[in-house]
Amino acid sequence: MTEFSFIPLFTWIVSLLAVPGILLFRKRPDAREGITFLAAFLKLGMIFMMLPLIREGKILCFKFGEILPGIPIEFRVDGLGMLFALVASSLWILTTLYSLGYMRGLKEHDQTRFFVCFALSLSATIGVAFAGNLLTLYIFYEILSLSTYPLVTHHGDKEARSGGRTYLSHLLGTSVAFVLPAMIYCYWKSGGDLNFTDGSLLSTNIGSDAGLIVLLAFTLGFAKSGLMPFHSWLPNAMVAPTPVSALLHAVAVVKVGVFCVLRVFTGVFGTDLIAELDIAAVISYVAAFTIIVSSLIALTQDNLKRRLAFSTIGQLAYIVLGVSFLTSNGVTGSAMHIATHAFGKITLFFCAGAIFVATGKKYVSQMVGLGRQMPVTMLAFLFGSLSIIGLPPFGGAWSKWYLFLGALEADQLAMAVVLIISSILNIAYLLPIPINAFFRRPPQEDGQAETIEIKEAPMACVVPLSITAVGGLLLFLFPELGFELAQLLTKK
Amino acid sequence: MTEHFPVLILLVPLFGALIVVLLGRERPDQCWVTSLISLGVSSLISFFTVIAVLSGKVQTLRYRMGGWPESDGYEVGIELRVDILAALVVFAVTFVGFVNTIYSKTRAGAEVRGKVPFFYALIQLLIVGLCGIVMTNDAFNLYVLIEITSLTSYALIAMGNRRAALSSFNYVIMGTIGASFYLIGVGYLYIKTGTLNIDDIRMVLEQKNLWEHQSIIVAFIFIMLGVWTKMAFFPLHGWLPNAYAYAPSMTGTFMAPLMTKVMVYVMIRVMVWIFGNEFVYSSQPMWGEIVIWMSVLAIVAGSLLALARTDIKKILTYLIVAEVGYMVGGSWLADGVGQAGAFYHILSDAAMTFCLFIAASIIVLRVGDSRVNAFDGLFRKMPLTMIGFTVGALSMIGLPPTCGFFSKWYLISAGIEAGHWGYVCALIFSSLVNAVIFFRIFERAYFGKISGVKEDHFPSDSDANPDIRIKEVPWSMLVPLFIASGSVLLLGIMNRSLFEWIQAALKMMNT
Repeated sequence: MTEFSFIPLFTWIVSLLAVPGILLFRKRPDAREGITFLAAFLKLGMIFMMLPLIREGKILCFKFGEILPGIPIEFRVDGLGMLFALVASSLWILTTLYSLGYMRGLKEHDQTRFFVCFALSLSATIGVAFAGNLLTLYIFYEILSLSTYPLVTHHGDKEARSGGRTYLSHLLGTSVAFVLPAMIYCYWKSGGDLNFTDGSLLSTNIGSDAGLIVLLAFTLGFAKSGLMPFHSWLPNAMVAPTPVSALLHAVAVVKVGVFCVLRVFTGVFGTDLIAELDIAAVISYVAAFTIIVSSLIALTQDNLKRRLAFSTIGQLAYIVLGVSFLTSNGVTGSAMHIATHAFGKITLFFCAGAIFVATGKKYVSQMVGLGRQMPVTMLAFLFGSLSIIGLPPFGGAWSKWYLFLGALEADQLAMAVVLIISSILNIAYLLPIPINAFFRRPPQEDGQAETIEIKEAPMACVVPLSITAVGGLLLFLFPELGFELAQLLTKK
Repeated sequence: MTEHFPVLILLVPLFGALIVVLLGRERPDQCWVTSLISLGVSSLISFFTVIAVLSGKVQTLRYRMGGWPESDGYEVGIELRVDILAALVVFAVTFVGFVNTIYSKTRAGAEVRGKVPFFYALIQLLIVGLCGIVMTNDAFNLYVLIEITSLTSYALIAMGNRRAALSSFNYVIMGTIGASFYLIGVGYLYIKTGTLNIDDIRMVLEQKNLWEHQSIIVAFIFIMLGVWTKMAFFPLHGWLPNAYAYAPSMTGTFMAPLMTKVMVYVMIRVMVWIFGNEFVYSSQPMWGEIVIWMSVLAIVAGSLLALARTDIKKILTYLIVAEVGYMVGGSWLADGVGQAGAFYHILSDAAMTFCLFIAASIIVLRVGDSRVNAFDGLFRKMPLTMIGFTVGALSMIGLPPTCGFFSKWYLISAGIEAGHWGYVCALIFSSLVNAVIFFRIFERAYFGKISGVKEDHFPSDSDANPDIRIKEVPWSMLVPLFIASGSVLLLGIMNRSLFEWIQAALKMMNT
C-alpha cells in the first residue's frame, strides 16, 4: 500500500533547515546547540509519527519532479528505511549532547562548522534511508561523502589531511567508478526504471556473468560498507573528533554503506533473482574474509579508536554476509544488526572519547586500571563490548542469533564457523580492555598517591554513553519493533 | 516579427561592432555600455527565438537572406535555418557573450589598454560569426563564417601578454589548415551535387544515390578532419592550451566555453544533416570504431595532460581537450542517446567551462599567481569566488545535481547501449582524474596557509580574526561567476526537458 505523504519530506528537510539557524547563532553557542537539539527532536518526532503507519504495512512516499526520464527524486519509506532512520535520528540526539560535552571540554575550534556539517550529514543519511530509487540513493550517498569530509579533517593538520584524502578518494572513487556504471547499466537493462520495487528491478535475462559483475560493482562500489579491499578509509578517518567517529563511523556513514548493499540485494536484484543466478557465494566469501582479517588486525591495534574501527569493518561484513545467505532469517539478522551494532559501537566510541576528554589517553595499553577512576565509563564499555560480541542479555545476541540461523538455513556451515570464530576474536580484542581496567592496578609512578579519585568526563559525555549502553540492554528485552520492521522487508 | 529573429540576432551585434569602433575615437568609456546593450538585445532575441521554436507553431524558422524568391530547383540565396538545436546554441553563445561583457567591465581597460574599442568590436564580430555558423544553412557560407570567427579570434588572442602573439600564430596555422580542409570537402560536395544549400545537398545525394561515390566519401573525411582541427580534437589540439591560457582573461573566458563547442555542433550538423546517420554509421562500420577509440585517446590524454599541469588555466584548457573527446565519442556512438547526449554536453560543458574560467581568472587576478599554489586558503579569503569555482568543479567531476553529472549519465548510458566499454571506461577514468585534480585544489583552498597568518594557528571564528580579511573582487566579476554557476545547476535540473527536445529534434532531422 503506497500512500502519498509530506512527512518524509519534512523529516529530511528539518536538519537541512537547521543549517541557516546554526549559522545565524554562531556567536551564541548555547542558542546554536539549541537549534541542533530542536531539529533533532523534531526529526525523531516525525519519524515516530510515521512509525504506526509503517507498522501497518503502508509505504509512505513523496515525489519531487522527474529529474531523468522516468526517474523522479523520490522518498519512499518502508520497514528497512524506517528502522535505519529510527536508529540514526535517535542516536543523533545523544551524539549532539555528547559532542557538546566533548567539543567544549576540549575547547575545539570551528564548532559552528562542525555542527553545520553534522546537520547536513544527518539530512543526507535520512535521504539515503528514505530513497525510493537508486538515483536518489546515489545522490544522497555522494552528498554524505562530501558533507562528512570537513568533519573527518576537522583538525586540519597533516594527519587529518591525509586521512581526509584517503576518505574521499576511496568513497568518491569507488562510487563513481563502480556504482555509477552499474546503475546506468541497470537503468538500461530494466528499460528506464530504477525504483526499488518489492520484486526486482532486473530480470533473469541479465545472465549470470553480467549479474555477478553488476552485483560486485554495487557491493564494492558502496565502499562505505567497509568491505575489503576498500576498507582502509575507515581506520584513517579515525583522525576525526570522537563524536564524529561515533555517529558517522559507527552509525551513519558505514551503515549507509551496508544499507545500500541491503537495498541492492533486496530492491535491485531481489533475493530470488540472486538465488536463481547463483551469484551470492562470491559476496559471502568476500564478507567472510573481511570478518576474519579485520578481527585479526583489530587484535594488533593499540590505538583504541583504530581497534574499534577494525572491529566495525568486521561487524559491517556480518551484515553483508547475512544478506548474502538470501534466506529470510539472514536478511532479518542483517537488518537487526544495523540497529544492535549501532547501539553497541556508539557506546564504545563514546567511551573512547570520554576517556580521552578526562585523561587524554588514546592507547589501550594506557587504560590499565582505569576502571577505578572512571567506573561508569568502563562499565558502559563492558556493556557495549558484550553487545558487540553478541552475548545475552544484550541486543547483539539477537542479530547474531538470526545471522547464525540464516547460515544454517542456507546450508552454509563454513560461514557458520566463520561467525563463531569471529565471535571468539571479538572477545579477544574487546573484553581485555574493561577487564584490565577493573581488575589490574595502574602502573605506579613515584610520588603518586595510592588512592585514586573518581574523575569522569563531563556529564554531557557520561549521560549519552550510559543511555546507549542501557539501550543495548533494552534491545535485548524488547526487540519486537526491530523484528517487525526488519521482517517487513522479507514479507512478500 | 518572429520570422525576422534569426537575422536580427546577427545584425544587432554587427552594427554594435561598427558603432563601438566609431564611438571609440571620441568616447572610449561608452564602448562597454554599447556592447552590453547590443549583446543584451541579441541574447534577448535569441531567448525569444528558443521560445518561438518550442511553442509548437514554429518548429523551424527559415529566413532567406536578401529576400531571394523560392525557386523550383535549388536555393540560390543564403538561407538561415533555426530549429531548437540551433536556437539553444545561439542562445548559449549570445548569453555567454552578454555575461562575459559584464565581466570585462574593469578588465578590458586593464588588460588591453588603448585597444578597448577594438576589443569590443572584435568580440561582437566573433559572436556574429559564431551565431552565423550555427544558423546558416549554406555549406560555403559556413566556411566564410568560420573564417570570420578565426580572424577575429586571432586578433583577440594576440592582444594578450607577450606569449600570446606566438600562441596566436600557432592558432593561425592550425586554424587555416582546418578551415581549408573543410573548404575542400565542400568543394567536392559542390562538384557532385551542384548546390551549396545543406538541405539541397542532402536531397541531391539521396535522389542520385551518390552514397557509394568516392568523392562523397573523400568530402566527408575532409570535412571531418577540418572540423576536428578547429575543435582541438586530440591529437590536433596543439594550438589550444597556449592560445586560451595566454589570451586576455576576458577573451579566454569567452572563447574557451564556446569556440570548440560550436565546432562540435558543426560536426553533428554535418553528420546528421548533410550525410545522414545511415551513411555515417552504417556504410563504413570501421569509421565509428576508429573515431570512438580516437576519442577515448583524447579523453585519457587530455585528462592526464591536465593532471600533469600546475598552472590553473593550463589545467582547464587540457580539460577542454578531454571534454571534446567526450562529445566526439558520444556523437559517433551510432545511436540516438549518444548524439543527444553529446549535444546536451555542448550546453553543459559551455556552462561549466565558462564558470571555471571566470573563477580561475578572478583568482589569478587577485592572487597574482596562476599556479595552483594561488588557491592556498582561498575558502576563507574569497568564499564567494570559491563557491562559484566549486560548483563548476563538481560539475566537471560529474556529481549530481550539476549538469556535468547528467551529461555523463547520458553519454555513459549511450556507451553501454552501444556496448562500447572502452568509451565508458574512459569517461569514468576522466571523472576520477578530474576528482583528483579538483580535490587537490580544494584541499589547498580549504587548509592552505594564508599568507600573513601564523602556521598552525586556527582561529576559532574566522570572521573574528583580523588577520583574515575577506577580499573579493568587484561585483562586475562576481555576478557573471554566479550567473555561470547558476546555469550549471539550472541546466542540470532542466536536463530532462532539454534532452527530450534535443532528441526529438535530432529524430526529426533524420527522417
